[in-house]
Amino acid sequence: MYPFSFTKASDTREALNAGRRGGRYIAGGTTLVDLMRETVERPETLVDISALPLREVTVTERGGLRIGALVTMTEAAAHRKVRSTYPVVSQALELSASAQLRNMATIGGNIMQRTRCTYFRDVTAACNKREPGSGCAAREGYNRTHAILGTSENCVATHPSDAAVAFAALEARVHLLGPDGAREVPFADFLLRPGSTPQREQAVRQGELITAVEIPAYARPLKSGYLKVRDRQSYEFALTSAAIALHVRGGVIREAKVAAGGVGTVPWKLPAVERALIGERPSDRLWARAAESAADGARPLAHNRFKVELLRRTVERQLRIVGDNA
Amino acid sequence: MSTDLPESIVAPAEGTPTPPSRRTFITTTTAVGGAVVAGGLTTVASPFGTEEAAAAEAPPSSRVSLTVNGARRTVTVDNRTSLLDLLREHLDLTGSKKGCNAGACGACTVLVDGRRVNSCLTLAVRLEGAEVTTVEGLAKGDQLHPLQQAFIDQDAFQCGYCTPGQIMSGVGCMQEGHTGSAEEIREWMSGNICRCGCYVKIVRAVEQASGRK
Repeated sequence: MYPFSFTKASDTREALNAGRRGGRYIAGGTTLVDLMRETVERPETLVDISALPLREVTVTERGGLRIGALVTMTEAAAHRKVRSTYPVVSQALELSASAQLRNMATIGGNIMQRTRCTYFRDVTAACNKREPGSGCAAREGYNRTHAILGTSENCVATHPSDAAVAFAALEARVHLLGPDGAREVPFADFLLRPGSTPQREQAVRQGELITAVEIPAYARPLKSGYLKVRDRQSYEFALTSAAIALHVRGGVIREAKVAAGGVGTVPWKLPAVERALIGERPSDRLWARAAESAADGARPLAHNRFKVELLRRTVERQLRIVGDNA
Repeated sequence: MSTDLPESIVAPAEGTPTPPSRRTFITTTTAVGGAVVAGGLTTVASPFGTEEAAAAEAPPSSRVSLTVNGARRTVTVDNRTSLLDLLREHLDLTGSKKGCNAGACGACTVLVDGRRVNSCLTLAVRLEGAEVTTVEGLAKGDQLHPLQQAFIDQDAFQCGYCTPGQIMSGVGCMQEGHTGSAEEIREWMSGNICRCGCYVKIVRAVEQASGRK
Protein backbone atom coordinates (compact mmCIF):
# COMPACT_ATOMS: atom_id res chain seq x y z
CA MET A 1 0.00 0.00 0.00
CA TYR A 2 1.26 3.46 -0.87
CA PRO A 3 1.36 6.13 1.85
CA PHE A 4 -1.56 8.55 2.02
CA SER A 5 -2.60 11.44 4.18
CA PHE A 6 -5.79 11.11 6.15
CA THR A 7 -8.43 13.60 7.16
CA LYS A 8 -11.85 13.24 8.71
CA ALA A 9 -14.57 15.61 7.53
CA SER A 10 -16.78 16.88 10.34
CA ASP A 11 -19.50 18.12 8.00
CA THR A 12 -20.56 18.08 4.38
CA ARG A 13 -18.88 21.37 3.47
CA GLU A 14 -15.58 20.19 4.85
CA ALA A 15 -15.89 16.97 2.89
CA LEU A 16 -16.67 18.80 -0.36
CA ASN A 17 -13.70 21.14 0.14
CA ALA A 18 -11.38 18.20 0.65
CA GLY A 19 -12.94 16.41 -2.32
CA ARG A 20 -12.46 19.41 -4.58
CA ARG A 21 -8.76 19.38 -3.71
CA GLY A 22 -8.55 15.79 -4.96
CA GLY A 23 -9.25 13.92 -1.73
CA ARG A 24 -10.81 10.50 -2.10
CA TYR A 25 -13.90 9.80 -0.02
CA ILE A 26 -13.90 6.72 2.19
CA ALA A 27 -17.04 5.33 3.84
CA GLY A 28 -17.07 1.59 4.63
CA GLY A 29 -13.75 1.13 2.89
CA THR A 30 -14.31 -2.54 2.09
CA THR A 31 -13.48 -2.08 -1.60
CA LEU A 32 -11.11 0.86 -1.39
CA VAL A 33 -8.77 -0.44 1.33
CA ASP A 34 -8.62 -3.83 -0.37
CA LEU A 35 -7.69 -2.27 -3.71
CA MET A 36 -5.19 0.11 -2.08
CA ARG A 37 -3.41 -2.89 -0.60
CA GLU A 38 -3.25 -4.42 -4.09
CA THR A 39 -1.92 -1.01 -5.29
CA VAL A 40 -4.75 -0.88 -7.83
CA GLU A 41 -5.93 2.26 -6.05
CA ARG A 42 -3.34 4.84 -5.02
CA PRO A 43 -5.12 7.82 -3.45
CA GLU A 44 -2.88 10.52 -2.00
CA THR A 45 -5.50 11.70 0.45
CA LEU A 46 -8.37 9.86 2.08
CA VAL A 47 -11.32 11.85 3.37
CA ASP A 48 -13.31 9.98 5.99
CA ILE A 49 -16.97 10.90 5.47
CA SER A 50 -18.45 8.65 8.15
CA ALA A 51 -19.45 11.61 10.36
CA LEU A 52 -21.68 13.16 7.69
CA PRO A 53 -25.44 13.17 8.33
CA LEU A 54 -26.35 10.68 5.58
CA ARG A 55 -27.56 7.79 7.72
CA GLU A 56 -31.33 8.04 7.41
CA VAL A 57 -33.91 6.03 5.54
CA THR A 58 -36.89 8.30 4.88
CA VAL A 59 -40.16 8.19 2.97
CA THR A 60 -40.10 10.88 0.29
CA GLU A 61 -42.87 13.35 -0.52
CA ARG A 62 -43.35 11.44 -3.75
CA GLY A 63 -44.03 8.30 -1.68
CA GLY A 64 -40.78 6.58 -2.49
CA LEU A 65 -37.91 5.69 -0.19
CA ARG A 66 -34.70 7.61 0.20
CA ILE A 67 -31.75 5.62 1.55
CA GLY A 68 -28.89 7.79 2.84
CA ALA A 69 -25.50 7.08 1.32
CA LEU A 70 -23.96 6.16 4.67
CA VAL A 71 -26.65 3.68 5.68
CA THR A 72 -24.83 0.37 5.95
CA MET A 73 -25.88 -2.64 3.90
CA THR A 74 -26.94 -4.34 7.14
CA GLU A 75 -29.08 -1.37 8.20
CA ALA A 76 -30.69 -0.92 4.79
CA ALA A 77 -31.51 -4.62 4.45
CA ALA A 78 -33.03 -4.77 7.94
CA HIS A 79 -34.98 -1.51 7.69
CA ARG A 80 -38.68 -2.07 8.21
CA LYS A 81 -39.73 0.11 5.27
CA VAL A 82 -37.21 -1.43 2.89
CA ARG A 83 -38.26 -4.95 3.86
CA SER A 84 -41.97 -4.28 3.55
CA THR A 85 -41.94 -2.08 0.43
CA TYR A 86 -39.03 -3.39 -1.64
CA PRO A 87 -38.10 -6.94 -0.53
CA VAL A 88 -35.98 -7.20 -3.69
CA VAL A 89 -33.59 -4.63 -2.19
CA SER A 90 -33.39 -6.37 1.19
CA GLN A 91 -32.83 -9.74 -0.47
CA ALA A 92 -30.15 -8.44 -2.84
CA LEU A 93 -28.31 -6.87 0.08
CA GLU A 94 -28.50 -9.92 2.33
CA LEU A 95 -27.32 -12.20 -0.47
CA SER A 96 -24.22 -9.98 -0.87
CA ALA A 97 -20.81 -10.39 0.77
CA SER A 98 -20.76 -11.49 4.43
CA ALA A 99 -22.35 -10.23 7.63
CA GLN A 100 -19.04 -8.57 8.60
CA LEU A 101 -18.66 -6.77 5.28
CA ARG A 102 -22.31 -5.70 5.28
CA ASN A 103 -21.78 -4.16 8.73
CA MET A 104 -19.02 -1.99 7.26
CA ALA A 105 -20.09 -1.29 3.67
CA THR A 106 -22.51 1.52 2.86
CA ILE A 107 -25.15 2.02 0.17
CA GLY A 108 -23.15 4.83 -1.45
CA GLY A 109 -20.02 2.70 -1.47
CA ASN A 110 -21.92 -0.29 -2.78
CA ILE A 111 -22.79 1.46 -6.03
CA MET A 112 -19.23 2.86 -6.25
CA GLN A 113 -17.56 -0.54 -5.86
CA ARG A 114 -15.27 -1.68 -8.61
CA THR A 115 -15.23 -4.87 -10.61
CA ARG A 116 -13.95 -8.17 -9.21
CA CYS A 117 -12.27 -9.05 -12.54
CA THR A 118 -9.07 -10.83 -11.44
CA TYR A 119 -7.05 -9.09 -14.16
CA PHE A 120 -8.20 -5.69 -12.90
CA ARG A 121 -7.01 -6.63 -9.41
CA ASP A 122 -3.68 -7.99 -10.64
CA VAL A 123 -1.37 -5.03 -11.35
CA THR A 124 0.89 -7.21 -13.51
CA ALA A 125 -1.93 -7.98 -15.97
CA ALA A 126 -3.09 -5.85 -18.90
CA CYS A 127 -6.26 -3.97 -17.99
CA ASN A 128 -7.77 -0.98 -19.75
CA LYS A 129 -9.90 -0.17 -16.73
CA ARG A 130 -6.88 0.10 -14.43
CA GLU A 131 -4.41 1.37 -17.01
CA PRO A 132 -6.12 2.75 -20.14
CA GLY A 133 -4.52 1.51 -23.34
CA SER A 134 -2.76 -1.47 -21.79
CA GLY A 135 -5.17 -4.03 -23.24
CA CYS A 136 -7.62 -6.53 -21.79
CA ALA A 137 -6.15 -9.76 -20.45
CA ALA A 138 -9.63 -11.15 -19.78
CA ARG A 139 -10.69 -11.23 -23.47
CA GLU A 140 -8.24 -14.01 -24.27
CA GLY A 141 -7.76 -15.14 -20.66
CA TYR A 142 -9.94 -17.09 -18.26
CA ASN A 143 -13.26 -15.33 -18.59
CA ARG A 144 -15.81 -17.71 -17.11
CA THR A 145 -17.21 -15.09 -14.70
CA HIS A 146 -17.09 -12.18 -17.13
CA ALA A 147 -19.82 -10.25 -18.91
CA ILE A 148 -21.84 -11.30 -21.93
CA LEU A 149 -23.77 -8.03 -22.24
CA GLY A 150 -22.63 -4.43 -22.56
CA THR A 151 -19.04 -5.37 -23.29
CA SER A 152 -16.63 -3.57 -25.59
CA GLU A 153 -13.33 -4.43 -27.22
CA ASN A 154 -11.70 -2.72 -24.24
CA CYS A 155 -13.42 -4.36 -21.29
CA VAL A 156 -15.58 -7.37 -20.43
CA ALA A 157 -15.66 -7.00 -16.63
CA THR A 158 -18.96 -7.46 -14.77
CA HIS A 159 -20.36 -5.04 -12.24
CA PRO A 160 -20.25 -6.92 -8.92
CA SER A 161 -23.09 -5.32 -6.92
CA ASP A 162 -26.36 -7.12 -6.21
CA ALA A 163 -28.06 -4.09 -4.69
CA ALA A 164 -27.33 -2.14 -7.87
CA VAL A 165 -29.31 -4.74 -9.86
CA ALA A 166 -32.31 -4.14 -7.60
CA PHE A 167 -31.85 -0.36 -7.91
CA ALA A 168 -31.62 -0.67 -11.70
CA ALA A 169 -34.79 -2.78 -11.85
CA LEU A 170 -36.70 -0.29 -9.68
CA GLU A 171 -35.34 2.70 -11.65
CA ALA A 172 -33.84 4.38 -8.62
CA ARG A 173 -32.24 7.81 -8.71
CA VAL A 174 -28.84 8.70 -7.31
CA HIS A 175 -28.62 11.96 -5.39
CA LEU A 176 -25.29 13.76 -5.75
CA LEU A 177 -23.86 16.84 -4.10
CA GLY A 178 -20.88 18.68 -5.52
CA PRO A 179 -19.18 22.06 -5.56
CA ASP A 180 -21.83 23.23 -8.06
CA GLY A 181 -24.75 22.03 -5.99
CA ALA A 182 -27.07 19.05 -5.88
CA ARG A 183 -28.30 16.95 -8.79
CA GLU A 184 -30.08 13.66 -9.43
CA VAL A 185 -29.02 11.00 -11.90
CA PRO A 186 -31.28 8.15 -13.04
CA PHE A 187 -29.69 4.84 -12.11
CA ALA A 188 -29.54 3.81 -15.77
CA ASP A 189 -27.21 6.77 -16.41
CA PHE A 190 -25.20 6.45 -13.21
CA LEU A 191 -23.20 3.30 -13.98
CA LEU A 192 -21.37 3.55 -17.28
CA ARG A 193 -20.75 0.87 -19.88
CA PRO A 194 -17.05 0.54 -20.68
CA GLY A 195 -17.11 1.60 -24.35
CA SER A 196 -13.77 3.17 -25.14
CA THR A 197 -13.32 4.56 -21.60
CA PRO A 198 -13.58 1.58 -19.22
CA GLN A 199 -11.70 3.55 -16.56
CA ARG A 200 -14.82 5.70 -16.14
CA GLU A 201 -17.37 3.65 -14.23
CA GLN A 202 -19.78 6.13 -12.65
CA ALA A 203 -21.24 9.45 -13.72
CA VAL A 204 -19.68 11.13 -10.69
CA ARG A 205 -17.81 14.39 -11.19
CA GLN A 206 -14.63 15.35 -9.38
CA GLY A 207 -15.37 16.06 -5.74
CA GLU A 208 -19.01 14.97 -5.88
CA LEU A 209 -20.54 13.05 -2.99
CA ILE A 210 -23.35 10.54 -3.22
CA THR A 211 -25.90 11.65 -0.64
CA ALA A 212 -28.69 9.10 -1.20
CA VAL A 213 -30.30 6.53 -3.44
CA GLU A 214 -34.00 7.17 -3.98
CA ILE A 215 -36.41 4.43 -4.99
CA PRO A 216 -39.62 5.70 -6.60
CA ALA A 217 -43.11 4.83 -5.41
CA TYR A 218 -45.04 2.12 -7.19
CA ALA A 219 -48.67 1.09 -7.19
CA ARG A 220 -49.36 -1.40 -4.40
CA PRO A 221 -49.15 -4.24 -3.95
CA LEU A 222 -45.72 -4.55 -5.49
CA LYS A 223 -44.34 -8.08 -5.23
CA SER A 224 -40.62 -8.30 -5.65
CA GLY A 225 -37.61 -10.51 -5.04
CA TYR A 226 -34.01 -11.28 -5.95
CA LEU A 227 -32.56 -14.57 -7.15
CA LYS A 228 -28.80 -15.08 -7.16
CA VAL A 229 -27.13 -18.04 -8.87
CA ARG A 230 -23.50 -18.70 -7.92
CA ASP A 231 -20.79 -21.32 -7.52
CA ARG A 232 -21.38 -21.69 -3.79
CA GLN A 233 -24.50 -21.09 -1.79
CA SER A 234 -23.30 -18.07 0.16
CA TYR A 235 -20.57 -15.40 0.25
CA GLU A 236 -19.95 -15.43 -3.48
CA PHE A 237 -20.53 -13.13 -6.43
CA ALA A 238 -23.31 -13.86 -8.90
CA LEU A 239 -22.87 -15.87 -12.07
CA THR A 240 -26.36 -14.70 -12.93
CA SER A 241 -29.06 -12.97 -10.93
CA ALA A 242 -32.50 -11.51 -11.43
CA ALA A 243 -34.27 -8.63 -9.68
CA ILE A 244 -37.98 -8.63 -10.39
CA ALA A 245 -40.92 -6.51 -9.25
CA LEU A 246 -44.51 -7.01 -10.40
CA HIS A 247 -47.76 -5.20 -9.78
CA VAL A 248 -50.80 -7.33 -10.61
CA ARG A 249 -54.36 -5.99 -10.44
CA GLY A 250 -57.51 -7.75 -11.56
CA GLY A 251 -55.49 -10.76 -12.58
CA VAL A 252 -53.42 -8.73 -15.06
CA ILE A 253 -49.79 -7.59 -14.80
CA ARG A 254 -49.88 -3.79 -14.80
CA GLU A 255 -46.26 -3.06 -13.97
CA ALA A 256 -43.11 -5.16 -14.46
CA LYS A 257 -39.56 -4.18 -13.50
CA VAL A 258 -36.80 -6.61 -14.41
CA ALA A 259 -33.00 -6.44 -14.32
CA ALA A 260 -30.21 -9.02 -14.37
CA GLY A 261 -26.84 -9.17 -12.61
CA GLY A 262 -23.62 -11.08 -13.08
CA VAL A 263 -23.98 -10.89 -16.85
CA GLY A 264 -23.45 -7.25 -17.77
CA THR A 265 -20.73 -4.65 -17.51
CA VAL A 266 -23.46 -2.75 -15.66
CA PRO A 267 -26.68 -4.04 -14.03
CA TRP A 268 -28.69 -5.14 -17.05
CA LYS A 269 -32.22 -3.82 -17.41
CA LEU A 270 -34.48 -6.08 -19.48
CA PRO A 271 -37.14 -3.87 -21.13
CA ALA A 272 -38.11 -6.56 -23.66
CA VAL A 273 -38.95 -8.94 -20.82
CA GLU A 274 -40.92 -6.17 -19.10
CA ARG A 275 -42.91 -5.46 -22.28
CA ALA A 276 -43.71 -9.15 -22.73
CA LEU A 277 -45.29 -9.20 -19.25
CA ILE A 278 -47.36 -6.01 -19.22
CA GLY A 279 -51.08 -6.58 -19.85
CA GLU A 280 -50.76 -10.37 -19.59
CA ARG A 281 -52.16 -12.84 -17.08
CA PRO A 282 -49.62 -14.67 -14.88
CA SER A 283 -48.95 -18.23 -16.02
CA ASP A 284 -46.04 -20.61 -16.32
CA ARG A 285 -46.26 -20.24 -20.08
CA LEU A 286 -45.98 -16.47 -19.79
CA TRP A 287 -42.90 -16.66 -17.57
CA ALA A 288 -41.18 -18.95 -20.06
CA ARG A 289 -42.12 -16.80 -23.06
CA ALA A 290 -41.07 -13.53 -21.39
CA ALA A 291 -37.73 -14.95 -20.29
CA GLU A 292 -36.88 -16.06 -23.84
CA SER A 293 -35.54 -12.61 -24.68
CA ALA A 294 -33.53 -12.18 -21.45
CA ALA A 295 -30.18 -12.84 -23.10
CA ASP A 296 -30.86 -11.05 -26.39
CA GLY A 297 -27.76 -9.34 -27.69
CA ALA A 298 -25.41 -11.48 -25.59
CA ARG A 299 -21.86 -11.86 -26.88
CA PRO A 300 -20.36 -14.72 -24.89
CA LEU A 301 -16.62 -15.25 -24.55
CA ALA A 302 -14.64 -18.50 -24.64
CA HIS A 303 -15.56 -19.64 -21.11
CA ASN A 304 -18.90 -18.03 -20.28
CA ARG A 305 -21.25 -19.29 -22.98
CA PHE A 306 -23.17 -21.12 -20.23
CA LYS A 307 -24.39 -17.76 -18.92
CA VAL A 308 -26.70 -17.26 -21.92
CA GLU A 309 -29.00 -20.16 -21.06
CA LEU A 310 -28.44 -19.73 -17.31
CA LEU A 311 -29.64 -16.13 -17.55
CA ARG A 312 -32.88 -17.12 -19.32
CA ARG A 313 -33.55 -19.80 -16.72
CA THR A 314 -32.72 -17.47 -13.83
CA VAL A 315 -35.19 -14.87 -15.09
CA GLU A 316 -37.89 -17.47 -15.77
CA ARG A 317 -37.50 -19.06 -12.34
CA GLN A 318 -37.60 -15.73 -10.53
CA LEU A 319 -40.64 -14.60 -12.56
CA ARG A 320 -42.39 -17.75 -11.34
CA ILE A 321 -41.29 -17.19 -7.72
CA VAL A 322 -42.46 -13.57 -7.65
CA GLY A 323 -45.34 -13.87 -10.11
CA ASP A 324 -47.08 -16.88 -8.59
CA ASN A 325 -47.65 -14.89 -5.42
CA ALA A 326 -48.52 -11.65 -7.11
CA MET B 1 -9.39 0.79 33.92
CA SER B 2 -8.34 3.55 31.57
CA THR B 3 -4.60 3.51 31.08
CA ASP B 4 -3.38 6.10 28.63
CA LEU B 5 -0.35 4.87 26.83
CA PRO B 6 1.82 7.50 25.17
CA GLU B 7 2.96 5.48 22.19
CA SER B 8 2.20 2.30 20.40
CA ILE B 9 5.30 0.25 21.08
CA VAL B 10 4.46 -0.40 24.67
CA ALA B 11 3.66 -3.57 26.54
CA PRO B 12 -0.05 -4.31 27.01
CA ALA B 13 -1.72 -2.63 29.98
CA GLU B 14 -2.59 -5.90 31.65
CA GLY B 15 0.23 -7.91 33.23
CA THR B 16 2.03 -10.10 30.76
CA PRO B 17 2.78 -13.68 31.75
CA THR B 18 6.29 -14.13 33.12
CA PRO B 19 7.35 -17.36 31.43
CA PRO B 20 8.32 -16.83 27.79
CA SER B 21 5.28 -17.61 25.64
CA ARG B 22 5.39 -19.15 22.19
CA ARG B 23 4.63 -15.69 20.83
CA THR B 24 7.53 -14.06 22.70
CA PHE B 25 9.86 -16.74 21.44
CA ILE B 26 8.80 -16.26 17.81
CA THR B 27 8.97 -12.46 18.06
CA THR B 28 12.47 -12.58 19.51
CA THR B 29 13.79 -15.01 16.97
CA THR B 30 12.28 -13.28 13.95
CA ALA B 31 13.57 -9.90 15.17
CA VAL B 32 17.09 -11.29 15.01
CA GLY B 33 16.50 -12.60 11.52
CA GLY B 34 14.92 -9.31 10.46
CA ALA B 35 17.94 -7.34 11.63
CA VAL B 36 20.14 -9.18 9.18
CA VAL B 37 17.86 -8.42 6.25
CA ALA B 38 17.12 -4.83 7.17
CA GLY B 39 20.74 -4.02 7.96
CA GLY B 40 20.39 -1.76 10.96
CA LEU B 41 16.61 -1.37 11.17
CA THR B 42 16.55 -3.20 14.48
CA THR B 43 14.72 -1.06 16.97
CA VAL B 44 11.11 -0.81 15.91
CA ALA B 45 8.95 -3.60 14.58
CA SER B 46 7.28 -2.30 11.43
CA PRO B 47 3.85 -3.60 10.52
CA PHE B 48 4.93 -3.44 6.88
CA GLY B 49 7.50 -5.27 4.88
CA THR B 50 11.03 -3.89 5.03
CA GLU B 51 10.71 -2.80 1.40
CA GLU B 52 7.77 -0.52 2.09
CA ALA B 53 9.25 0.79 5.31
CA ALA B 54 12.44 1.73 3.51
CA ALA B 55 10.66 3.26 0.50
CA ALA B 56 8.67 5.76 2.53
CA GLU B 57 10.95 7.83 4.72
CA ALA B 58 8.34 9.41 6.93
CA PRO B 59 4.97 8.03 5.88
CA PRO B 60 1.99 10.10 7.07
CA SER B 61 0.85 8.96 10.47
CA SER B 62 -1.94 9.85 12.85
CA ARG B 63 -2.67 9.65 16.54
CA VAL B 64 -5.74 7.72 17.57
CA SER B 65 -7.34 6.86 20.91
CA LEU B 66 -9.54 3.82 21.16
CA THR B 67 -10.68 1.29 23.72
CA VAL B 68 -9.52 -2.28 23.25
CA ASN B 69 -11.07 -4.93 25.50
CA GLY B 70 -11.97 -2.25 28.02
CA ALA B 71 -8.54 -0.58 28.17
CA ARG B 72 -8.02 2.86 26.69
CA ARG B 73 -5.11 2.90 24.21
CA THR B 74 -3.55 5.89 22.50
CA VAL B 75 -1.26 5.11 19.60
CA THR B 76 0.44 6.85 16.73
CA VAL B 77 0.25 4.74 13.61
CA ASP B 78 1.19 4.97 9.97
CA ASN B 79 -2.09 5.78 8.22
CA ARG B 80 -1.86 2.50 6.31
CA THR B 81 -2.08 0.40 9.46
CA SER B 82 -5.10 -1.87 9.60
CA LEU B 83 -6.87 -2.53 12.87
CA LEU B 84 -5.61 -6.10 12.55
CA ASP B 85 -1.98 -4.97 12.36
CA LEU B 86 -2.53 -2.51 15.20
CA LEU B 87 -3.82 -5.33 17.38
CA ARG B 88 -1.21 -7.90 16.43
CA GLU B 89 1.93 -5.85 15.86
CA HIS B 90 1.47 -2.87 18.18
CA LEU B 91 -0.71 -4.11 21.02
CA ASP B 92 0.50 -7.73 21.18
CA LEU B 93 -3.05 -9.02 20.85
CA THR B 94 -2.35 -11.87 18.46
CA GLY B 95 -5.64 -13.72 18.91
CA SER B 96 -7.11 -12.10 15.80
CA LYS B 97 -5.57 -13.87 12.82
CA LYS B 98 -4.39 -12.70 9.42
CA GLY B 99 -5.72 -15.15 6.86
CA CYS B 100 -6.30 -13.50 3.48
CA ASN B 101 -5.83 -9.84 4.51
CA ALA B 102 -8.49 -9.02 1.91
CA GLY B 103 -11.83 -9.45 3.65
CA ALA B 104 -12.42 -12.88 2.16
CA CYS B 105 -11.85 -15.32 5.04
CA GLY B 106 -13.08 -13.79 8.32
CA ALA B 107 -10.10 -14.92 10.44
CA CYS B 108 -9.56 -11.30 11.55
CA THR B 109 -13.14 -10.73 12.74
CA VAL B 110 -13.49 -8.48 15.81
CA LEU B 111 -16.29 -6.36 17.24
CA VAL B 112 -16.10 -2.59 16.69
CA ASP B 113 -18.73 -0.71 18.68
CA GLY B 114 -20.53 -4.01 19.12
CA ARG B 115 -20.69 -4.98 15.44
CA ARG B 116 -18.60 -7.70 13.83
CA VAL B 117 -16.24 -6.42 11.15
CA ASN B 118 -13.17 -7.53 9.21
CA SER B 119 -10.28 -5.85 11.04
CA CYS B 120 -7.98 -6.34 8.01
CA LEU B 121 -10.11 -3.89 5.99
CA THR B 122 -10.50 -1.41 8.84
CA LEU B 123 -7.99 1.43 8.91
CA ALA B 124 -6.85 2.04 12.48
CA VAL B 125 -6.76 5.83 12.00
CA ARG B 126 -10.53 5.81 11.54
CA LEU B 127 -11.22 4.36 14.99
CA GLU B 128 -11.00 7.46 17.17
CA GLY B 129 -13.23 6.81 20.19
CA ALA B 130 -14.17 3.30 19.04
CA GLU B 131 -14.63 0.30 21.32
CA VAL B 132 -12.94 -2.82 20.03
CA THR B 133 -13.47 -6.31 21.41
CA THR B 134 -11.16 -9.12 20.37
CA VAL B 135 -11.17 -12.79 21.33
CA GLU B 136 -8.85 -11.90 24.21
CA GLY B 137 -11.59 -9.72 25.68
CA LEU B 138 -14.39 -12.29 25.76
CA ALA B 139 -13.62 -14.28 28.90
CA LYS B 140 -14.32 -12.87 32.34
CA GLY B 141 -11.19 -13.86 34.23
CA ASP B 142 -11.05 -17.64 34.16
CA GLN B 143 -14.63 -17.94 33.00
CA LEU B 144 -14.87 -18.47 29.27
CA HIS B 145 -17.55 -16.84 27.16
CA PRO B 146 -20.35 -19.39 26.55
CA LEU B 147 -19.37 -19.59 22.87
CA GLN B 148 -15.72 -20.27 23.73
CA GLN B 149 -16.87 -23.08 26.02
CA ALA B 150 -19.21 -24.35 23.31
CA PHE B 151 -16.34 -24.56 20.80
CA ILE B 152 -14.50 -26.81 23.28
CA ASP B 153 -17.59 -28.88 24.11
CA GLN B 154 -18.44 -29.41 20.44
CA ASP B 155 -14.82 -29.91 19.34
CA ALA B 156 -15.46 -27.21 16.75
CA PHE B 157 -11.95 -26.84 15.35
CA GLN B 158 -8.96 -28.74 14.10
CA CYS B 159 -5.98 -26.45 13.37
CA GLY B 160 -7.62 -23.57 15.23
CA TYR B 161 -6.40 -20.78 12.98
CA CYS B 162 -9.87 -19.57 12.01
CA THR B 163 -11.29 -20.14 15.51
CA PRO B 164 -10.86 -16.64 17.03
CA GLY B 165 -12.59 -15.17 13.97
CA GLN B 166 -15.30 -17.83 14.06
CA ILE B 167 -15.94 -17.12 17.74
CA MET B 168 -16.07 -13.34 17.32
CA SER B 169 -18.32 -13.73 14.30
CA GLY B 170 -20.48 -16.18 16.25
CA VAL B 171 -20.82 -13.66 19.09
CA GLY B 172 -21.96 -11.09 16.52
CA CYS B 173 -24.33 -13.59 14.93
CA MET B 174 -25.92 -14.35 18.31
CA GLN B 175 -26.29 -10.66 19.19
CA GLU B 176 -27.92 -10.01 15.81
CA GLY B 177 -30.40 -12.81 16.47
CA HIS B 178 -29.58 -14.89 13.42
CA THR B 179 -29.52 -18.23 15.21
CA GLY B 180 -33.08 -19.38 14.52
CA SER B 181 -32.03 -22.56 12.73
CA ALA B 182 -28.89 -24.41 11.62
CA GLU B 183 -29.52 -23.08 8.10
CA GLU B 184 -29.76 -19.51 9.34
CA ILE B 185 -26.53 -19.87 11.33
CA ARG B 186 -24.73 -21.31 8.29
CA GLU B 187 -25.85 -18.40 6.12
CA TRP B 188 -24.97 -15.71 8.66
CA MET B 189 -21.62 -17.33 9.50
CA SER B 190 -20.64 -17.71 5.83
CA GLY B 191 -18.11 -14.89 6.09
CA ASN B 192 -15.83 -17.19 8.09
CA ILE B 193 -13.97 -19.82 6.13
CA CYS B 194 -12.68 -22.97 7.90
CA ARG B 195 -10.06 -24.70 5.80
CA CYS B 196 -10.30 -27.81 7.99
CA GLY B 197 -14.01 -28.02 7.26
CA CYS B 198 -15.39 -27.98 10.82
CA TYR B 199 -18.58 -26.24 9.76
CA VAL B 200 -20.99 -28.81 11.17
CA LYS B 201 -19.47 -28.54 14.64
CA ILE B 202 -19.10 -24.76 14.44
CA VAL B 203 -22.85 -24.53 13.77
CA ARG B 204 -23.46 -26.84 16.75
CA ALA B 205 -21.31 -24.63 18.96
CA VAL B 206 -23.28 -21.52 17.99
CA GLU B 207 -26.50 -23.44 18.57
CA GLN B 208 -25.28 -24.53 22.02
CA ALA B 209 -24.23 -21.03 23.07
CA SER B 210 -27.46 -19.50 21.84
CA GLY B 211 -29.48 -22.00 23.86
CA ARG B 212 -30.82 -23.97 20.92
CA LYS B 213 -29.09 -27.21 21.97
